[in-house]
Amino acid sequence: MTPRWRAYLIGMLAIAVFIAALYVPVLRRRLHQAKDVPTVSEEEARRELTQTSPTNPNGPVTKARLFWSAGARDGSLMPVSIDLPLAMDPAPRGKQVLNTLLAGPIDAELRTLPPDAVLLAFYMLPDGTAIADFSEAMATSTPSGIQSEQMAVDSIAKTLEANVPQVKWLKILIHGQEVDTLAGHLDLTRTFMVNAKATPMPQTSAPIQKSQGTPSDVSNPLAPPLKGAPKAAGGIAVPGTAKPAGASQKLTPAATPGKLAPPAKNP
Amino acid sequence: MTLAFAAIAPISLASFIAHAKQAPAAPTSVQPTSVPSPAPTPAQNAAASQAAQPAAQAQRQSSSIVILDPAHGGTDLGARGASGIRESDLNLYFAAQVKIALEQNGFQVIQTRQGNENPSFDDRSAMANAQRGAVFVSLHVGSTGLPGTARVYVMSDLASATDSNGLIPWDRAQAPFLPLSRRFGDMVQGFLAQRFKGSPLNSQAAAVRQLRTTAAPAIAVEIASVAVDDRNVLDRMAPGIADAIARGCSGFRPLYVVAAVNPGDRP
Repeated sequence: MTPRWRAYLIGMLAIAVFIAALYVPVLRRRLHQAKDVPTVSEEEARRELTQTSPTNPNGPVTKARLFWSAGARDGSLMPVSIDLPLAMDPAPRGKQVLNTLLAGPIDAELRTLPPDAVLLAFYMLPDGTAIADFSEAMATSTPSGIQSEQMAVDSIAKTLEANVPQVKWLKILIHGQEVDTLAGHLDLTRTFMVNAKATPMPQTSAPIQKSQGTPSDVSNPLAPPLKGAPKAAGGIAVPGTAKPAGASQKLTPAATPGKLAPPAKNP
Repeated sequence: MTLAFAAIAPISLASFIAHAKQAPAAPTSVQPTSVPSPAPTPAQNAAASQAAQPAAQAQRQSSSIVILDPAHGGTDLGARGASGIRESDLNLYFAAQVKIALEQNGFQVIQTRQGNENPSFDDRSAMANAQRGAVFVSLHVGSTGLPGTARVYVMSDLASATDSNGLIPWDRAQAPFLPLSRRFGDMVQGFLAQRFKGSPLNSQAAAVRQLRTTAAPAIAVEIASVAVDDRNVLDRMAPGIADAIARGCSGFRPLYVVAAVNPGDRP
């Protein structure tokens, strides 16, 4: 290397050192800012991930009616109107209102759902059945009791009825699974009537999101079987398959009760 | 549906026979009517009347049976209060008081649990379903509600169904008994409202899991609540609760008429 090239190299290194010296305060400032970022709990992070951002943030704001406790300690609910940019599609719309319901009212005493519960998924079936899949906290943190559990389910059902006209039935899952009861009393193996006069839903919008353990059992003891669907094991209507002739006649309720069939045994 | 159950869940012969014995009594009327006894013909003289006597006696006895269900137990503590009150313990205490009051009114009482065990929902229902003409009373203490009040719940709407063999699905056993349960529930709730101010005047509908599989007039009584600071508040309610339930059962007894036992109907 000639002395001339050596001088060039030393000059370039000096320039690099100078630039680095200028950048050090900037790096130090960024490091300081990173320290100030608040740490989020696992549950909060999960909620952020599962929370639906408004589908139409610039869309028209709608007055959503949410049902929280009336505070009378008799299990009654009270509608509260809140301005929300609700989506038009029933599934994201349902998810938005339920997430707002979970977020709770200003007065924590009027809560109907546990604060740590998370809506993991919400989707619609073509027959108008809404599937709401909650985290385990919904079952473990809801106060045990017929009244308190009934109030929790009522608040979900009434909120959906008021804001998502396509929902006819409600099925509640816990972490993707059907469970026996909500917190020891209320039967979650069944579906709940939301709105008997629900408007039919276009076939294209369901399902939009599915969680793990998508229910194969969408038993709906009160709902008529899906059109053209046969009864599968347990009398469950299976969408998308052909209905054998005469199947509905065999399951027509008799006028008087007869003998009782044995309970289903868990394997 | 029953056949489908059998297909997916193999049932041993012993368990099938055991469950076959759990056939419900067919309610014939909610009006106070007497069951017509077969008129003895000359051919059916003393022997026939002797045969009819046990049948009538069986009917008299069975219509006086109350299945008393102290809910929860074992590892399932039910609702828990901040002061350490546990629902499972309280239910057992209330059951003991109610049992005494019922027996004083001439009822035979069968408890679904005597101590700190936890039979399954189906096992508890099976105790009622094995009796002819029994009524079922499930005792609860809730987490919420106006302290010092009591509410009666009956199963909410449940579509009845029978399969091609005339068997009622186990998970809809309550369906044929809903009108009777409502009548029974209103009666007990009326007496509770007299004793405990602030209690509703009529029973309320809720999807209580325990009631769904019970083939008998069935109610759940929920006392408010474990949230009280002093357990004595609840203990002092026990005599009133016991008296109201006993009076309700006595009032309902003449309204619940079951079909006469026909020898050969059952295994």
